[in-house]
Amino acid sequence: MADTVLEIKNLVKKFNEHIIINGLNLKVQEGEVIVILGPSGCGKSTLLRCINGLEEIQSGSIKVQGRETVGNKKNAVLLRQKIGMVFQSYDLFPHLSVLGNIMLSPVKVQKRKKDEVKKEALELLEKVGLSDKADSYPRQLSGGQKQRVAIVRALILHPEILLFDEVTAALDPEMVREVLDVILGLAKQRRTMLIVTHEMQFAKAVADRIVFMDESKIIEEGGAKEFFEHPRTERAKKFLNVFTFEDIR
Amino acid sequence: MSQQMIELLVNGIKETLYMTLVSTLIAYVIGIPLGVISFITGKNGICPNRVIHFVTGILINLVRSVPFLILLVAIIPLTRLIVGTTIGSTATIVPLVVAAAPYVARMVESSLKEVDTGVIEAAKSMGSSRLQIIYKVLLPEAKPSLLVGGLISMATILGYSAMAGFVGGGGLGAIAINYGYYRYQTDIMFVTVAFLVLIVQLFQEVGIWIVNRIDKRSV
Repeated sequence: MADTVLEIKNLVKKFNEHIIINGLNLKVQEGEVIVILGPSGCGKSTLLRCINGLEEIQSGSIKVQGRETVGNKKNAVLLRQKIGMVFQSYDLFPHLSVLGNIMLSPVKVQKRKKDEVKKEALELLEKVGLSDKADSYPRQLSGGQKQRVAIVRALILHPEILLFDEVTAALDPEMVREVLDVILGLAKQRRTMLIVTHEMQFAKAVADRIVFMDESKIIEEGGAKEFFEHPRTERAKKFLNVFTFEDIR
Repeated sequence: MSQQMIELLVNGIKETLYMTLVSTLIAYVIGIPLGVISFITGKNGICPNRVIHFVTGILINLVRSVPFLILLVAIIPLTRLIVGTTIGSTATIVPLVVAAAPYVARMVESSLKEVDTGVIEAAKSMGSSRLQIIYKVLLPEAKPSLLVGGLISMATILGYSAMAGFVGGGGLGAIAINYGYYRYQTDIMFVTVAFLVLIVQLFQEVGIWIVNRIDKRSV
């Protein structure tokens, strides 16, 4: 059996008195691709943000490769580098070129050698089809290109886990395709990934396991095929039904 | 205009530039850290701290609400302590810095507020320390806005420096007051004011040119 890379136990997250995540448990094995589905506001994005330490949690434990990230600041910063995150709004540094964006953290945070990082950055850019954009600035790129740069920026830190937070939500269909192709490629390399998305077809294609959330909890989890073809809970059935338009016509 | 008058004006310009540039520089040395501290300790900052945020806020507002002319007179003892005299352009630098530093701090803070929070989160998510976020993300991202703020501050400090002429400061302001106001030599007053306008205009033009060159955010 593969190693557990990420283990979440009894995670509780509140904003003031409002409960966002209520006692969530999740284990992620190495090389596993998990897609988190669920209606807006169910806590999917917050879950990713908690895993990455962008949100403080009220109770519970988040272990990365067996090491606790909660309540241990030194651990948390170190482990954060093992978790790469890609955001819906790309969040590239506007004042830096594509290469500058990619190289900032490996050089400044991980203190790796500049030429070695540059070489890797160019290789990764080539893999996502952007080798000619290395010296461009974010404003000169399309949304899809920005998002691919953001993925490279996360990859170059050699993360154990990649988190994708609705990375295609702000893109038009063609750009969605180019970004999802990159993610599919990563899935083929057996990268451990947690993906929050509303692209059902993509979820079906990429996921090993689906985690379905609603009202601050995991309602159902299981293999992608099973989930889409034979959802067990009523809530999941209802959610999936939204995406077949026959009933409406 | 007599040779003597020209010398006087040239000297005045030099003094005004000296006061303005040195004061702006020192005001930024104090104002940038103050502004950064106030920003990062704010409610949604990268290290929220209510007490420090409150104290810096009080300090900034306190000095900013005192009218400059009163401040000039009020801190005469401090000026004497630091410079040894209260007359001349070097002595003017002390009240200028005291008045400008909190102003600069607010300018810096508002520039930092313009930085996209998503970009700060991205830096966090890549494991950057707080210091790295400040040096590598916040300040570089805010650089164009900081520079524009610097230009505004400099023009304000220039205006203040002219005011200092009333209480024994140097520069063009002193010339305008001593010759133009006290001796009714209106022509000299006009010339000095024209020079002040020119200096502000020059700062502005050069500054904006630099800002446009370094700003990578827009086309």
